[in-house]
Amino acid sequence: MTQATLAELMIVAASECWRGDGEVLASGIGIVPRLGASLAKLTHTPELLMTDSETFLVSEPIPLGPRGDYQPRYEGYMSFDRVFECVWGGLRHAMIGPTQIDRWGQTNLSVVGGSYDKPKTAILGVRGLPGNSINHANSLFVPNHGPRVFVAGEVDMVSGVGYKPERWLPGMKQDYVDLRRIVTDLCVMDFGGPDHAIRVRSLHPGVSFEQVQAATGFPVLAAPDLHETPLPTDEQLAIIARLDPHRLRATVIKNDPPAIKAAA
Amino acid sequence: MALNKQRSAAEVVAQLRSGMTIGIGGWGPRRKPMTLVRELLRSDIRDLTVVSYGGPEVGMLCAAGKVRKLVYGFVTMDAIPLEPYFRKAREAGQIEVMELDEGMFEWGLRAAGMRMSFLPTRVGLATDVLARNPQIKTITSPYDDGEVYVAMPALKLDAALLHVNDADRWGNTLITAHDPLFDNLFARAADACYVSCERLHDKLELDAATARFNLFERYLVRGVVHAPGGAHPTYNSPDYGWDMDHLKRYNASATEEGGWARYVADYVDVSEAQYQEKAGGLARITQLKPPVF
Repeated sequence: MTQATLAELMIVAASECWRGDGEVLASGIGIVPRLGASLAKLTHTPELLMTDSETFLVSEPIPLGPRGDYQPRYEGYMSFDRVFECVWGGLRHAMIGPTQIDRWGQTNLSVVGGSYDKPKTAILGVRGLPGNSINHANSLFVPNHGPRVFVAGEVDMVSGVGYKPERWLPGMKQDYVDLRRIVTDLCVMDFGGPDHAIRVRSLHPGVSFEQVQAATGFPVLAAPDLHETPLPTDEQLAIIARLDPHRLRATVIKNDPPAIKAAA
Repeated sequence: MALNKQRSAAEVVAQLRSGMTIGIGGWGPRRKPMTLVRELLRSDIRDLTVVSYGGPEVGMLCAAGKVRKLVYGFVTMDAIPLEPYFRKAREAGQIEVMELDEGMFEWGLRAAGMRMSFLPTRVGLATDVLARNPQIKTITSPYDDGEVYVAMPALKLDAALLHVNDADRWGNTLITAHDPLFDNLFARAADACYVSCERLHDKLELDAATARFNLFERYLVRGVVHAPGGAHPTYNSPDYGWDMDHLKRYNASATEEGGWARYVADYVDVSEAQYQEKAGGLARITQLKPPVF
């Protein structure tokens, strides 16, 4: 019987987002996305480029947090300036956790509620979302799947672009928009439905499709091959433990629940 | 006759005026010219348009009521993601904003440095950045592709404030940080660029390898301020790390009654020497460990 936690299952699901990407910069922002990208590089997609989450390209993913005697293995350089050049050239697949996501895949990291001039909550700003979303592959991470994240209408401040036709005027090039997957604490989704509609690909153990639908502010589809999200293997768990020696992954989901939900 | 651009922080701030557009170098909690910002906080200058990859300096300038308009892509302290005084000002509708993608921001600085009115980019299309900034227009490619781009307007600066690792009295500078960020573009976009530095030299005499850390020309630099520890409490790679204890105290002050007034009394309405003493002394500042990511 596996001892895996839900966070570990999500790390493995996140890692799958980069499978087969080849030589692109894998940018996992936050604990689970970063561990997912690291796991991808160490297992199925070793060609991925990755940074030390600061300025240098590393040939081996570095562990999270204080790392004792561990010496990063640098293979190159990736200042913010270079990251922008990479973004605009399109050879990147990022995974970030936006505050809001809508049915068109548009994302928000700026302000929520109230008016734009006097918002209820100011967050960070649009950051790099407009540039990332219109230039390269992106996946999304949601540790708290609910209708406050997956909103009924449009997100409050469209920061990252999506597939809403009315937003794309004649002459605007949509060809590089490439939304891949959304990994949440309930399921894994993609944009494979008609007109890029969001579908559930896999449900985490013990989660029902109805539960996902109830926690989502818009209708979702079930992928034809809807299945259960795979549990981490022992090999994957060992790699995750090595990459995250301080167990920062235990802080991602409240109370760090197990991957297999206890029977209600 | 040898050039001598050395100035005090007060002399630099005396060159600034209310209503100016001021660019601040660095990125979030990294390499912010905090000695110069503190001097600005002490002044009666106001109604500024601040252009920044924002960190705590934006929150402080907002809290002090110095900001009329903010041009930004984000304001954050990284390890403390939400900048408390920026949030307050933003949520109170106290500041006008021009919110941009990080790359559009870079493009605006580049355009200004190249003396262009705009540079084209795909970034910003199909987002609310355009909806919320109706002054930003699109442009159609004159070539066969006919593609529609954002015409990112130049972000012209009256002055730029930067913090560098080394400088000399001529205005030569070295940024030896692992990431030079976009300080070179701020220098080019500004009518007048002022730098503070950890180490001031009479005249830099460099070997070829070190000379590569000189990222913009001295003709861009109007004044040089010797300010060891001058990025505190932000991260000044490779010299010292950020002061998380200080940033936490600053962050906590925003939720305390009279918190900003107390922060000002403790850390702004004092001399820079007193500031550093309260921060544990220059020896402590310069030994702050770089963050591990």
